[in-house]
Amino acid sequence: MRVHPKEILETIKMVSNENLDIRTVTMGISLRDCCNPDIDAFNNNIYEKMTTHAQDLVSTAEEMQSLYGIPVINKRLSVTPISIVAESCGEDDLTSVAETLDRVAKDVDVDFIGGFSALVHKGMTRGDAALINSIPKSLSGTKKVCSSVNVATTKAGINMDAVAQMGHIIKKTADMSKDDGGIGCAKLVVFANAPEDNPFMAGAFHGVGEPEVSINVGVSGPGVVNSAVRALNDPSLGDISESIKKTSFKITRMGEVIGKEVAKRLGAQFGVLDLSLAPTPAVGDSVAAILEAMGLESCGTHGTTAALALLNDAVKKGGSMASSSVGGLSGAFIPVSEDADMIRAVQRGSLSLDKLEAMTSVCSVGLDMIAVPGETSASTISAIIADEMAIGMINRKTTAVRLIPVPGKDIGDVVEYGGLLGTAPVMAVNNFSSEQFILRGGRIPAPIQALTN
Amino acid sequence: MVSNRFIITAIGVDKVGIVAGITQKMADYNVGIIDISQTIMEDMFTMIMLAGVEEDNFDLSSFQKAMSETGKMLDLDIRVQNEDTFRFMHRI
Repeated sequence: MRVHPKEILETIKMVSNENLDIRTVTMGISLRDCCNPDIDAFNNNIYEKMTTHAQDLVSTAEEMQSLYGIPVINKRLSVTPISIVAESCGEDDLTSVAETLDRVAKDVDVDFIGGFSALVHKGMTRGDAALINSIPKSLSGTKKVCSSVNVATTKAGINMDAVAQMGHIIKKTADMSKDDGGIGCAKLVVFANAPEDNPFMAGAFHGVGEPEVSINVGVSGPGVVNSAVRALNDPSLGDISESIKKTSFKITRMGEVIGKEVAKRLGAQFGVLDLSLAPTPAVGDSVAAILEAMGLESCGTHGTTAALALLNDAVKKGGSMASSSVGGLSGAFIPVSEDADMIRAVQRGSLSLDKLEAMTSVCSVGLDMIAVPGETSASTISAIIADEMAIGMINRKTTAVRLIPVPGKDIGDVVEYGGLLGTAPVMAVNNFSSEQFILRGGRIPAPIQALTN
Repeated sequence: MVSNRFIITAIGVDKVGIVAGITQKMADYNVGIIDISQTIMEDMFTMIMLAGVEEDNFDLSSFQKAMSETGKMLDLDIRVQNEDTFRFMHRI
């Protein structure tokens, strides 16, 4: 049963040279018992509940980092969608709730809180409308609050009224944070088939089917997979798939042991382990680099979708063999601004928005951290969202859009966000109008795939 | 149940007194050696030790700090990690 010295050194190399990390330990907290008709009382309730449950999250995650010698990068919280729990307040402006969440984040020292969210795939209640209308002010006025809106599911179809509205909300959010390159939009995701237990931001929330408190863990390691693929000597695509599977198996096992121990120490239920290759701006810690290691001259050229399909599937297979708790998004992320080789691919003209859209049909999420010209119309943004939602709806998968129409910037400009959010090159959108289509509103009916009962 | 055994790795340039320096510090903290191996990998001296502690309230973080200071003195990169990290990753 002894572990071989070579295996020990392999693990150490993954951490020290290849950026293997626990990207996030995210505590989900139900706020369903915090409702109150008085919004001040409601804010007090959520502050008390969250700070009580999360007071030891950061110190426990740091203990785990020390015990196992694997870095835990972010500690986060997710909560029941605020549109549901704040609805009985009867207020039209929910900014004070976002401010309360931001205060919680500061006081328990977590990196982000997700759940300033609404689920409107079939229609909107008064609370949903209040939340959505509060997004621009809330995201520009807070630092650590993340927001998501689910506008489509395979079972319900696409709520095109919500899609149309989100175009305007994204524009307004960018405008209200224009001094920081529209950074408010980096904290806002529009979803199809949003998972209720995803630990990654900006889309994390604590779904209504979740327990009182849960721990979900996000493990990442594009750098490890990239090194494993590059170490192969003239491999076939089957060899590459095999190598990725083995690597993701190892990463997942390591994540599970840490996740279960964190949950145990905090008295919370262990939810899911989300193995997602989430790139960082660090050299080699890149999903585009993995695709290029497979033999593509530059990410985005013909063959990219096929290579990404292979990668995403092998990651899932390795992960699902390693743990029974694999869930959330689990696959490969393609956030442009956060991936150094993807940025380079955009800048040298090999990667376009259209190709990214095709790639999202075979990877785990969607059009992520993409900067577009500030002049892009709300209806064009809505139409980009609609396309992405259609891919999710028809393929029974999660898709998402996190676009930033950067005020005052145009194609070829570069926006610096810093930290994990990276550097975004402003990408071209199609200049023909989609306005009439978006203005029609209504709902795209649930597809035939929904009729499974 | 978290294991009470740790893997200590020291990687760096070979010189006299490495093992003595490390084991002395381990003795100070009442940490026992279960197994030890040394090898030269990619021109680097690499020592891997399986170590065990008996106490339930072992102060891991101060031991890690002491080991990392020892590492600085000997010009080595020393890590102390719970053996579960490796056991779970490489064994089913």
